[in-house]
Order: sequence, then structure tokens, then C-alpha cells
Amino acid sequence: MAVVETRNLTKVFKQGELGAVNNVNLKTREGEFLVFLGPSGSGKTTLLRMIAGLEMPTAGEILIGDQVVNHLAPRERRIAMVFQSYALYPHLSVYKNIAFPLKAQKVKKELHKEKVEWAASLLGISSLLHRKPRELSGGERQRVALARAIVREPSVFLLDEPLSNLDAKLRLSAREELERFHRRIGTTTIYVTHDQVEAMAMGDRIVVLNKGVVHHFGTPKEVYDEPADTFVATFLGSPPMNLIENGDVIVGFRPEHFRLSETLDEAKVTFKFHVENVEYLGAEYILSGSLLGGRFEGKEVIARLLLGHAYEPGTTYEFAVPERHLKFFDRSTEKRVEARALTWQ
Amino acid sequence: MMKTGFREHGSRITKGLVLFISTVLLAFPFYWMLIATFKQNLDLYTVENNPFILNAKPTLDHLRLLFNETRYVRWLGNTALVGVIVVVITLLLAIPAAYALTRLAGRWGQRLGIGIFLTYLVPPTLLFIPLSRVVALLGLQDTIWSVVLVYPSFTVPFSIWLLMAFFKSIPRELEDAAMVDGLTRFGAFVKMVIPISISGILTVVIFTFTLVTQEFVYALTFISPESQQMVGVGIPIFLVRGDVYFWGSLMAACLIASLPIAFLYNLFLDRFIAGFTVGAIK
Repeated sequence: MAVVETRNLTKVFKQGELGAVNNVNLKTREGEFLVFLGPSGSGKTTLLRMIAGLEMPTAGEILIGDQVVNHLAPRERRIAMVFQSYALYPHLSVYKNIAFPLKAQKVKKELHKEKVEWAASLLGISSLLHRKPRELSGGERQRVALARAIVREPSVFLLDEPLSNLDAKLRLSAREELERFHRRIGTTTIYVTHDQVEAMAMGDRIVVLNKGVVHHFGTPKEVYDEPADTFVATFLGSPPMNLIENGDVIVGFRPEHFRLSETLDEAKVTFKFHVENVEYLGAEYILSGSLLGGRFEGKEVIARLLLGHAYEPGTTYEFAVPERHLKFFDRSTEKRVEARALTWQ
Repeated sequence: MMKTGFREHGSRITKGLVLFISTVLLAFPFYWMLIATFKQNLDLYTVENNPFILNAKPTLDHLRLLFNETRYVRWLGNTALVGVIVVVITLLLAIPAAYALTRLAGRWGQRLGIGIFLTYLVPPTLLFIPLSRVVALLGLQDTIWSVVLVYPSFTVPFSIWLLMAFFKSIPRELEDAAMVDGLTRFGAFVKMVIPISISGILTVVIFTFTLVTQEFVYALTFISPESQQMVGVGIPIFLVRGDVYFWGSLMAACLIASLPIAFLYNLFLDRFIAGFTVGAIK
């Protein structure tokens, strides 16, 4: 096991252009499940590939287990990687796929069988060992890829969107399986995804990236409840945080905190909310509409409410947000600032 | 119900018919060569005879002429030898070049690949005069080594182009995975890329070999002695004497030379098609 650290890590693909990864400083904890979260093109995969050694950094250092590994080839970094496409070797059987790293790393031949069987049983694929990758389902392929990754007992696991090729139902069970798997082996893991639900569910901590810059690095709770800037605030959460401009600050509040005023008996800010659309999602409503009156006239907002009260499109309700749930961002830098008193009408 | 049954029946008849016609079309040249090989000369030249069947007793005279009075076996040997050497040279040059152009040379690789392919389009009829100077300077004229030298000039560009399409269809992640799993880039190339591209490589082998056996202009201009001939040149030169065509022997020579290649094609047909349609779907 090992800690992964990056120091001022930068990758510029084309000279003169903005870097794909800019000045990233990170440090994992021992045995942590760290998630890189960001939209496509945010540099999260490039960052991971640099840690793996598949991409040369333009500047900065990468440390694995307190040792600078910049000059080491991927095979010398004691890492294992699971790719988005799983990258199973199509011409080899499952057994040979799993044994491949052992063979390539010149592990003694007598040990292969035992280790492959150990990895296969850990992932419940012992019965598939003689098959070829093309004869496997998506979920089975993922398990083979994981088995191939653990078989050499790496010090760090790198996972590049391993669930994105699975259908929605399978994704959920595969996610749980991955979580259980990580708990069992306890190896430091870095997981790349663009799916905020995956990130929130699996990560011990989350690194939110956009345009090659780290916007927020914290636990799922910190990232969700105390977003560092407006990008993090709107990227996490579905529907995203409502943002309204008020003077020189931007005020944000989550849709689930935007409720009927009469149900709130604490310090609150009230709005007239004209509901334009109601979505019934079984366990909850999503109301979208706009604010009426005052300086926020016409501003579009979304509310997320539990069932219990019926809402009619085209009606105006008195809604409110508890003051403690308001987030404040600087209007020019879009960074989080201290809460402050504002005029609302 | 009736209607669909009818339609199914109809489509099966059409399928059978298409299959039958194309089979006849493709097999006919072989049949023609076969019966001409065993026809007596009188039978061959009598206009009233049905040309599609043997009208008289079969004869081995043509084969005897072919094997006893020409160096046909030697020509076949020459061709096979040149074929094997050229295939080896082509593979040694084209596989690394194609890989480097697809994976390592970035955006320029593609353009360079097209540039290399363009050299394949310059016809031998333009090139044989300057090339004969080169061959003469190197003292290779009248030996099979002259064509061993010249043939890769067109087999290599085509093979690079074909293999580039092949390597491009291999996901990069496979090589990345192999490198993370413990191989060097070269190791990943040898142990991962080559085994996966085996159908592309087979296509190159068959294609190169076929080009070598059918090439005419260079073989004709660079080599004169009977013992050094390639089969494609030896047959028309030594079996057409003045205005006399030894049809029976000509046909026998062509039949024997074409059978192994036809057999090879059939053996690897599926992979061969995969080689040419790579990238067409998915």
C-alpha cells in the first residue's frame, strides 16, 4: 500500500495552449478511496494517466510511497489500472488475461495458478477462466479486469470510469461490488468518474476538477454542503444548486432547501415562487418555475420536495429558504465567501 | 402465412441461383485450363468439336513437354523463393513502420502514411528503366536478386498502408494496459499488437506473395537466362515459340501455378476479408 502525491503537476499538450492539467497538488491517505470528479475535458483522465506513467508531465512531480516516480515506466510503479473499456486482451482466455501481469513481471511460474485462482475466486469468476473476453457480459468483463488488476497485489489502484460501459441497473450492483471490494483489500484507490452520484457514493474524498484545475478537495459531505465555488455548487447535486445574484455576491441554495414558507419556523428568506412545471418522480416532486416580484423577478429556480402537498403548475406559492442553508459566493471570483446580511426585497 | 412462405421460398431460390452462377463463373477458368491440359492437339484445334469437353482420349503430352523441355519446376522454385524472401522483407519493414506511423508520429503519421501509399501508385512501366540502371550498377542483372531488391518497393508501401488501418483499429488502452501490466512499449508491440493483428499480417503475406507471382514488367526486363526466370515470365516466353502457342502446356503451367494460391486464399478467406474490411464497421 502506498500514498500517492502530486506536486504542482502540470500537463500541456500543445505549447501556448491552456494546460489539460494545471498545478495540481494532491495527497491521498493510506488505503483511501479517492475520486477525481469532473465533466469531460476536465483533465481527470490525463491526471490519472500521468500517475500511471502513461503520460509524461510537463512540469511537477508525482510521488508514490514517498518516492518520486516521474522517471519510472508504468510497469515499474507498482500500480494496477482498470480502463474504461476494460482493455481485456481479446486473443487470450480469461485465465491468461489474469495471469498476464504475473508473466510480464516474471513472477515464478509455479505461483501463477494459485494467484490467478485466488483473484478469480475473490471476484467470483472461477467458472469463467477458460472463456475468451468476447464471450463475457459487461459485468463479467469488469470483474476480469479487476481480477487482472489485483492479481499482482499492487500498491495503488487506478480506475478510469470503469462503470461507464454498463447499463444503469448493472452499474448500481457493480458499484456496490467495487465498494465491498475496496473495503476487503484496502488498497489506496484513485477512481475517475464524471458521475457525481458515483463520486458521492464511493469516495472517501472527492477531487472536483474543471479545466485542469482542482476546484475542491474534500469529503463528499464537504463538497456537497460547503462547495468551494459556484462550479462545484452547480456540478454536484441533481438538480443543481440555485444561484441568484444579489449585489456583489451570488447566493446559492439547494433545491431541497427551497420549501413552502409555512413549513419553516426558523430564520428564513421568503420568495414568491411561480411554479411552471411539476415533475412527479414517485418519491418526490421537482418543481421548476421563476421568482416573482422584487429584484429577482423572472429568475428561474428549481425546488425538490417530498410528497405530501399537491402543487399546480401556473400557481404562485410563498416559498422560503432557511438562512443557514444559504451559500455565498463572490460575484467576480465565484469563490465561496462568508455569510453576510443582505437586503432581499 | 402463404405469402411469407412463398417469399422465403423465392429468396432461397434466388440465393441458390446467385451462388450457382458465381460458382460457375469462378470455377470455369480452372475447368478450362484442366481440360486443355489433357486435350490432344487435334482435339484442341478442330473447330467443329465441342470445346467444353474432351472429344478424344486424354493425353499427357503437354505435361511431358512442360516438365521435360522447359525449366518449369525451376521457375516455380525461383518464384517461391523470391516470394518468401520478399514476404519476409516486407513484414520486417512494414510492420514496425506502420506501427510507428499510427502510434508514434502523431498527426504527421497519417499524412506520411498517405505519402508512402502514393509511391505505390507510380506504375512499373515508368520505373523499370531507371530501376534497371540501379540493378545494373549493383551487378544484379540476370539473377533473381534483382527482383528481390525491386519488389519490396511496391509491396512495402501497400502493406504499410494496410497495416496502418489495422493498427488504428486496435484500442490504445490495450497497449496501455499491457504497459501497466509489466511490458515495455516494444514488449507490448510484440506480445499484444502483433498477435491481435494476425489477420492483417496474413493479408499482407498473401497479398505480397500474389504480387510477386504475377509481376511481369520487372521480371521480364531484369532477367533473361532460362534458369533464372520467374514463372510468370518463363511460361509465355518459352511456351510461345514464334507464332506457335503450346496451348496445352501453357494451360497446364498456369493451372499448376495458380492452384496453391487459390488454395491459400481459401484457407484464410475469412481473415483475408477481415483484413480488407477493417474499420468498415464499428
